[in-house]
Amino acid sequence: MHLIYVAVLVGCLLVTLPLEIVLRVRVYARWRRWLAAVLPVAICFVCWDLYAISRHQWWYDGRQILGWRLAGRLPIEELLFFLVVPTCAILGFEAVRAVTGWRAGDER
Amino acid sequence: MSYTALSVIAVAATVAVDLAVLRTRLLLRRIYWVAYAIVLVFQLLVNGVLTGRRVVRYDPRTIIGWRIAYAPIEDLFFGFALVTLTLSMWVWLGRRAVR
Repeated sequence: MHLIYVAVLVGCLLVTLPLEIVLRVRVYARWRRWLAAVLPVAICFVCWDLYAISRHQWWYDGRQILGWRLAGRLPIEELLFFLVVPTCAILGFEAVRAVTGWRAGDER
Repeated sequence: MSYTALSVIAVAATVAVDLAVLRTRLLLRRIYWVAYAIVLVFQLLVNGVLTGRRVVRYDPRTIIGWRIAYAPIEDLFFGFALVTLTLSMWVWLGRRAVR
């Protein structure tokens, strides 16, 4: 039961991994750009999460998470969520580009 | 501030970042909306599991009460902001030739 949330996140990574390997979208391969895109946004959303937790706007079922809490009682899964979900979004975005050839405005 | 108010502000801020701050203008591009539609399907799935199984629960006073696949409508706005800001950053960095 404690693995539910982290299992969902691992599932997201596994489902999108073929995009990197088979479609060769090169998101992980361009790791500097990947980190520079994901980290600033993740920091903003961690702050939002901490605010919501501190105001008791939402809370987590202790039986369905690992129980590793960071500062502000933030479950480790929440931090991972803000890294995993945006990563999957970039992989999906690049997959659409790879399949369709549509322009995104950053072509050289 | 309520989750409802914060999520609406986040959507407005996201639109401003994409159109005016980073000027990536993804919101005006077909590639963005097709990618977002795909991401949205998976977001509803993941969010549905987390909220349907009550891994995360919400104070009813902080949400408006409309739900889609178990998740409060605010989660949709939250997810839109998270995904769109990231894609906007990704394309902005691509323009600046960050590898």
